[in-house]
Amino acid sequence: MERGFIPTRRGFLGLAMAGAGLAALGAPASAAKVATKAKIVVIGAGAAGTALVNRLVERLDGAEITIIDGRKEHLYQPGLSLVAAGLKPANYTVSQTTDWLPKGVTLVAEKAAAIDPVAKTVATEGGTKLVYDFLIVAPGLVLDYDAIPGFSLDMVGTNGIGALYSGPEYAAKTWEAAQKFTEEGGIALMTRPATEMKCAGAPLKHAFLVEDIASRGGAAGKYEVHYTAPQGALFGVPIVAEKVRMLFGQRGIKTHMSHKMLSMEPGKKVATFEKTQIDATTKAEVKTTVDMPYDYLHVIPPQRAPEVIRQSGLSWADKWADQGWVECDQKTLRHLRYPEIFALGDVAGVPKGKTAASVKWQVPVVEDHLIAAIEGKEGTATYDGYTSCPLITRVGRAMLIEFDYNNNLVPSFPGVIAPLEELWISWLMKEVALKATYNAMLRGKA
Amino acid sequence: MKELTLSTLIAVFEEMFGRGLFWALVAAALVITALYVFVLIRDRSLSMRKFLWAQLSMPIGAIAAVLFVQGITSSGFKDIGGPIDVIVLLGVAVLGAVGLAILIYTAQSLIRRKAE
Repeated sequence: MERGFIPTRRGFLGLAMAGAGLAALGAPASAAKVATKAKIVVIGAGAAGTALVNRLVERLDGAEITIIDGRKEHLYQPGLSLVAAGLKPANYTVSQTTDWLPKGVTLVAEKAAAIDPVAKTVATEGGTKLVYDFLIVAPGLVLDYDAIPGFSLDMVGTNGIGALYSGPEYAAKTWEAAQKFTEEGGIALMTRPATEMKCAGAPLKHAFLVEDIASRGGAAGKYEVHYTAPQGALFGVPIVAEKVRMLFGQRGIKTHMSHKMLSMEPGKKVATFEKTQIDATTKAEVKTTVDMPYDYLHVIPPQRAPEVIRQSGLSWADKWADQGWVECDQKTLRHLRYPEIFALGDVAGVPKGKTAASVKWQVPVVEDHLIAAIEGKEGTATYDGYTSCPLITRVGRAMLIEFDYNNNLVPSFPGVIAPLEELWISWLMKEVALKATYNAMLRGKA
Repeated sequence: MKELTLSTLIAVFEEMFGRGLFWALVAAALVITALYVFVLIRDRSLSMRKFLWAQLSMPIGAIAAVLFVQGITSSGFKDIGGPIDVIVLLGVAVLGAVGLAILIYTAQSLIRRKAE
């Protein structure tokens, strides 16, 4: 029998390789870079600053880009909730700042000490003075533990005290304290601050996870979980708040709204709250103090813009006076008084969006307006307040909640992944895909 | 997701497994698929005896894939919360079943050709 093509293993593999090579050649070429001598200074090498510089080096040719950050470690903060529930080790959230920075960007490994928006300079703690044409402020926020008398960070992990926001080591110690509760039972007291905060879903996640683990562990049947919050609702988005209210009801988690944590007495295991009520006849606010006992207490302190921002005159004068978030347009993140300054990430004075998911949406907007400004044009991209929260409700289930400035739900997978249902797929995303997506974002690729 | 392009997906998968391991897995999948097609073309017929073994391996592949995914994500069957979760579970099982079946068939064809 005559054969035109005699298949051999080598020949076949060769054919396959040739096909793969052709496919690789077909990749699209990148757009031409914008030539500029602009001096761009970025304060903060966290999620926002790092993602932005990685995108800028791909778009600009000749720009002098400097990024200022005194912290050696880069923290994957969305992982802290998992660390504080014993699901991941502390080092799951830790990498090096320098791992993520591209070539062609200068890192000044010091904290920013002063910003002069009129002279357009930034001074660092080490005395370096940088002149900028464009400034991006993305230093994150600070946790104000001093605002809670009786608390200090060295208590975390002992005597039933947790504080997962404080970083990887403290998140791991938080689990030590929480784990004891899940084995022995008692009263767990969850708090959240009256200020704006990063990832407003995390206090809920921690309550859900601790309750879930306790229900399966040695504490089953002999524990109570109490969730306190200074606000009037469990979540800023009403439809989500209602869903969480229902889930808390099903799970037996008791809620105490309008309770602001004031102080604590670790020796007595009592936390003191300011309770706000509306008087039925006078309609006036009545404030009383309430002591609540605990066996496990999760502390989330008030959160504010770093001192360097609040001292520089960049903050809102008439909003968040005690917190100092940067005054900026909520659609473009551009400073309202200094157009060469942009705010990114936690420090931005916008109504929503102190999450890594928000950063992912904010960075391309700032990139667009910054490059347009360099070219002498006006940018067109806008940020609509997108924030996402894989709201973990059990080990193994989460609700993929996405919303915008208008409290609308904006699901990425409408009709496929229901936002208000506790789903395994949403948990899988948080567990498997989220850190990878975050890392890709840092590299400017997602 | 703002824009779910192929390059975004590849970037995410590179971060998930590490760049080297991801492309090694892609290469392994391509090589096994290519070898499978190769033995089909070479033999010019499907061997029912090999195919039977491949079929018998399918439930094992399905169960192994599901348990693997549950294992690395600290979750279990009780976490199935809606229709999409059932679809994902079945998808994982089908991938495991088909993957192992192709692997078994190809391995038999390459190793035991003389025995037929």
